[in-house]
Amino acid sequence: MSLFWDTNLGILILTVLKTLALVVPLLIGVAYLTYFERKVMGAIQLRKGPNVVGPFGLMQPFADALKMLTKETIIPTGADKVLFVLAPMITFGLAIIAWAVIPVNNGWGIANINVGVLYLFAISSLGVYGVIIAGWASNSKYAFLGALRSAAQMVSYEVSMGFVMVTVLILAGSLNLNAIVLAQKHLWFAVPLFPLFVIFFISGLAETNRAPFDLAEGESEIVAGFFVEYSAMSFALFFLGEYANMIMISGMTTVLFLGGWLSPLPFLANGVLWFLIKVFICLFVFVWVRATLPRYRYDQLMALGWKVFLPISLVYLVAVAGAVEYFGWLPNA
Amino acid sequence: MNKILRWTWSLALWEILCGLSITLRYFFRPKATINYPFEKNPISARFRGEHALRRYPNGEERCIACKLCEAVCPAQAITIEAEPREDGSRRTTRYDIDMVKCIYCGMCEEACPVDAIVEGPNFEFATETREELLYDKQKLLDNGDRWEPELAKRLELDAPYR
Repeated sequence: MSLFWDTNLGILILTVLKTLALVVPLLIGVAYLTYFERKVMGAIQLRKGPNVVGPFGLMQPFADALKMLTKETIIPTGADKVLFVLAPMITFGLAIIAWAVIPVNNGWGIANINVGVLYLFAISSLGVYGVIIAGWASNSKYAFLGALRSAAQMVSYEVSMGFVMVTVLILAGSLNLNAIVLAQKHLWFAVPLFPLFVIFFISGLAETNRAPFDLAEGESEIVAGFFVEYSAMSFALFFLGEYANMIMISGMTTVLFLGGWLSPLPFLANGVLWFLIKVFICLFVFVWVRATLPRYRYDQLMALGWKVFLPISLVYLVAVAGAVEYFGWLPNA
Repeated sequence: MNKILRWTWSLALWEILCGLSITLRYFFRPKATINYPFEKNPISARFRGEHALRRYPNGEERCIACKLCEAVCPAQAITIEAEPREDGSRRTTRYDIDMVKCIYCGMCEEACPVDAIVEGPNFEFATETREELLYDKQKLLDNGDRWEPELAKRLELDAPYR
């Protein structure tokens, strides 16, 4: 039996099965994240949120999906048809692809590659293409403005996010996400790197175009931003892509700062459950922040990225690198 | 010095944390939602809903076709035609309200000298076609018969303020 799993075909089948085991719960998670967000936002605004479809409104995501699937996809006459259809697929696809390297439990990552962090960083940066292509292909001024905003925004926040990641790498001594989690066995990186943890999370909000940094959508000033012209399933793909990205950023935060699958209390067993709980808490904060804060002004957003986050993360990086070198804390040295 | 202090506080996300704590407190408060089709809010005695034409207790319709409501209606939603009945009293032969035009201002009931046209408490009269919202005299009289207890109570409650 073990011989079969070592052949090329066996490895292929195994990988496909692993992928399904990850992607199917992920998609269900994405669907229920929309429900979760509506419930939490509702509670904060003293409303009940969806409660009609099924018990506690639990079937609401499926009702929404059915509705979206039965609607007509409208392609504007002026649009570049190929790119217009491609853009939501890119956004959604990239949000799912990133999960290939995230280890939900010790060694459970589908691809346990040694450049996991680089891969994650690359994929999350590529996400901006879906938005830009959508804005460009729509051939509409609002979509175009939204795309421009999101491009500028994602690029500025990527820089400080990169420095934060580098700091984590210095402490972990590895680009392998599995190894990064294991390096947090004694102390989660969120403790010594608390300011960077906050910066990373806030940059994550900006990276996923979530409130208070949802300028790319900015429904009060540019209608819906880059996806004004989208309808039906292509709109739903953008929508799901945003939520998948939220889960992805929460997963990244968990792996890099919150010790992944490691349990917070020494006498409790480590396991995938801890990973899920930590991701869930991060997602709650995502929604909580959205329900609390108004949208940033564009120049404030830029000032925050370049004038506050970048210097802080840069100084912290240098300080950490210096301390590690001086005290000889370098792992694997 | 003051400026530095303020800057430090904002760098520590102090205001944002305050805001977050407020929203978290609201998160656990009882919900204000009313399960609408199953639960309903109380409405004022002066609520201006669907129109009705009332009758006297002996069954005689109140409207005397003075056309004051038609004249006062700012949306010109009311159309009245009248001629003397066989017994010589002046009554309407046609009393139409275009519920689509109506802005529910209540001026018709203010203008009515005999409390014939009134706006009742009913606001759930949505229809599937527009034509069904063009009310004629019969429909209005039926409304009056159906809602009479509530309409009378409503007028009684409002009487001291008139």
